[in-house]
Amino acid sequence: MLETIWFLLWGVLWAVYFMLDGYDLGLGSMIPFLAKSETDRQIIYKSMGPFWDGNEVWLIAAGGVTFAAFPKAYAVMFSGLYTALMLLLIALILRGVAFEFRGQLESKLWRKFWDTLAIIGSFVPALLLGVAFANIFQGIPIDAEGVFHGNLFTLLNAYGIGGGILFVLLFANHGCLWLAARTEGELNVRAGNMSSIIWPVLVAVYVAFLALSAVYTKLLSNYLQNPALLLILIIPIFSLVAMRSMISARKWWKAWTLSAALILTTTMFGIIGLFPALLPSSLNPAFSVTTMNGSSSQMTLKIMLCVALVMVPIVIIYQAWLHKKFATKITEENLADHHGY
Amino acid sequence: MDVLLLSRLQFAMATMFHFIFVPLTLGLSVLVAIMETKYVRTGDETYKRMTQFWGKLFVINFVLGVVTGITLEFQFGTNWSKYSEYVGDIFGSLLAIEATVAFFLESTFLGAWIFGWKKLSPKFHAVCIWIVAIASNLSALWIILANGWMQHPVGYIMRNGRAELNSFTDVITNGFAWQQFLHNGFGSFIVGGFFVMGVSAYHLLRKNEIELFTKSFKLGLYFSLIFSFAVALQGHAHAQEVSHNQPEKLAAMEALWETHEDGAPMALFLVPDEKNETNSVEIMRIPGALSFLAFNSFSAPVKGLKEWPKEDRPPVTLTFLSFRAMVGLGTLFILLSLWAWKSRNNLTENKLLLTVLMFTVPLPYVSMWAGWIVAEVGRQPWIVYGLMKTSDAVSPIATSQVAFSFFALTFLYSVLGLAEIFLITKFALKGPEKA
Repeated sequence: MLETIWFLLWGVLWAVYFMLDGYDLGLGSMIPFLAKSETDRQIIYKSMGPFWDGNEVWLIAAGGVTFAAFPKAYAVMFSGLYTALMLLLIALILRGVAFEFRGQLESKLWRKFWDTLAIIGSFVPALLLGVAFANIFQGIPIDAEGVFHGNLFTLLNAYGIGGGILFVLLFANHGCLWLAARTEGELNVRAGNMSSIIWPVLVAVYVAFLALSAVYTKLLSNYLQNPALLLILIIPIFSLVAMRSMISARKWWKAWTLSAALILTTTMFGIIGLFPALLPSSLNPAFSVTTMNGSSSQMTLKIMLCVALVMVPIVIIYQAWLHKKFATKITEENLADHHGY
Repeated sequence: MDVLLLSRLQFAMATMFHFIFVPLTLGLSVLVAIMETKYVRTGDETYKRMTQFWGKLFVINFVLGVVTGITLEFQFGTNWSKYSEYVGDIFGSLLAIEATVAFFLESTFLGAWIFGWKKLSPKFHAVCIWIVAIASNLSALWIILANGWMQHPVGYIMRNGRAELNSFTDVITNGFAWQQFLHNGFGSFIVGGFFVMGVSAYHLLRKNEIELFTKSFKLGLYFSLIFSFAVALQGHAHAQEVSHNQPEKLAAMEALWETHEDGAPMALFLVPDEKNETNSVEIMRIPGALSFLAFNSFSAPVKGLKEWPKEDRPPVTLTFLSFRAMVGLGTLFILLSLWAWKSRNNLTENKLLLTVLMFTVPLPYVSMWAGWIVAEVGRQPWIVYGLMKTSDAVSPIATSQVAFSFFALTFLYSVLGLAEIFLITKFALKGPEKA
């Protein structure tokens, strides 16, 4: 029972991470298409400034919870996906440093250098996280000892790349809507237009990915056993469709909220399909790391659950406060303010 | 090179780089919080400018601490997967708790603080930096509880081929870990204090913003003075605990080869010769001194390194030298703090003191590094003392993968380190924005 609760919490933490860091990763990777001037770039960085760090901590929490609740899954997942994870970490390092450093000097060359790193450092995590999760959904070649038989290129298979593209699009759209909600004038128009360009592509890739999932993964078997669970799909599909009309109506916060719901529920749809496996083995189902064979002791799960039940709501409250207080329209006055990026 | 050696090098490199930023974060956050509190209470604009000047340096330093910390968390899974499986039950939960109770607070409220000068009331803005300071130190507590468990495992039971949690209370009240936490915390406050004194000294020498930098200097001085004494006293208690719990670490710290049943001496100067299991030079041996320092009795027995088979001994020279460096520097910090205290009322006339302090800024970092080398290298060959060897902890992965990541990270960290030093120096020397 505790194991199952933790499996769901584990999934929720990753889903929340994608939902939150998704908008700043997406916006970061869209900088070349959205920014025409230095002022544009400053507005874009300012729109992410107070948030990206707090968003990224959800990754640390998701990683920490994997370690604590499912140590075997943590060990196999991160040693198996070694190179992909290292690339992800390097990208995240470059990105954080770029955000902080770029504004510190007036030099054009300095800013261009860090801009490039910020863009690469935003795009690569989006892509790699998609590739990684698609591979987990599909199953990875691990043997009975949890040793990974493959390399980075094993992960870059058709379905894995499909997952990568899906994540890049989901995040890019999420980021454009964030910027549209936070800006007025030209930048708002550009971000909004970009979102309406991405939307049909996103729909096509989304549908294709669902279809590929039926072919390449066993995600659907849980749903076929309990067809009632398929009702979960209503939320992402509704969000995807309703987002289109909110974009047309230029109701940016509503569109962004729908996009957040889309990312959250899409991830959960995959996670529920995965149950009870955390890491299915593509070599032999018996080698899979599952909720039961990969979990910590009952005592650890119990203590961690108490900590999570008390702390996570508190975190949500103060992060919601931060978003409410700071995610207002960016004005000229904000730009004249020399504090921050 | 094999996976084990490369993984160890990579971990050492990543930890030590991370640890350039952490101590300053811990110490300077509290100093900045005190400055801003003074501003809110007195309304004195000097304190506001102090807060902004030191705060800027703090923020530039903070970001590299954060991003390099993420690498460390995931390295347990990537490079030490056998370890992760073995102790995830305990070690993993401490890391997860750190993220949920401390790291979220730190990051969220730092964002609010950096961007909130106009959006938040002055009082609440000051509260934000206090939250950052407290959460950063709380973060260190959970991480060190995890490390302390590797040093002195408690509250576990061996079951299903791994260490399972038996008593959470024992794990979080682990006396060894708390000693480490205090030692690390006091050391970090010294780093903060000397950093503020050193940068202030530079400006005082140039008669730049005398009022602001005198105030800053004094604040740094109180910190350095209090904590350089505190760390020495507490360090002694900590070393005694090491003597009881990790006798081979003690023997390595002192390069003691033979067991002394009735009182071990301590030499004021010695050169260890690891190959021949002896010391090539030993000058000024004080009989019984080591026994007294370690066990409060001149005749207490102390085990020498030869008690343990060669493969179970920590690297002696490195542990010995690091311990000497840490203690020597600690003594120097006390003397420098006393000198600065004596001269505190006519600082600008005291050019020699200011010049010395300006160049002292890196030394507390060196002593922090040395301290961690004693703790970590001195624990080898164990990754969890007495339970699991480092060589059994490593991931079953290809050497080429680790070689790639080691070189990539080393290159990346070197570039970032240079950019960081450049920026911090630039803004530290530039001084505060004009009033």
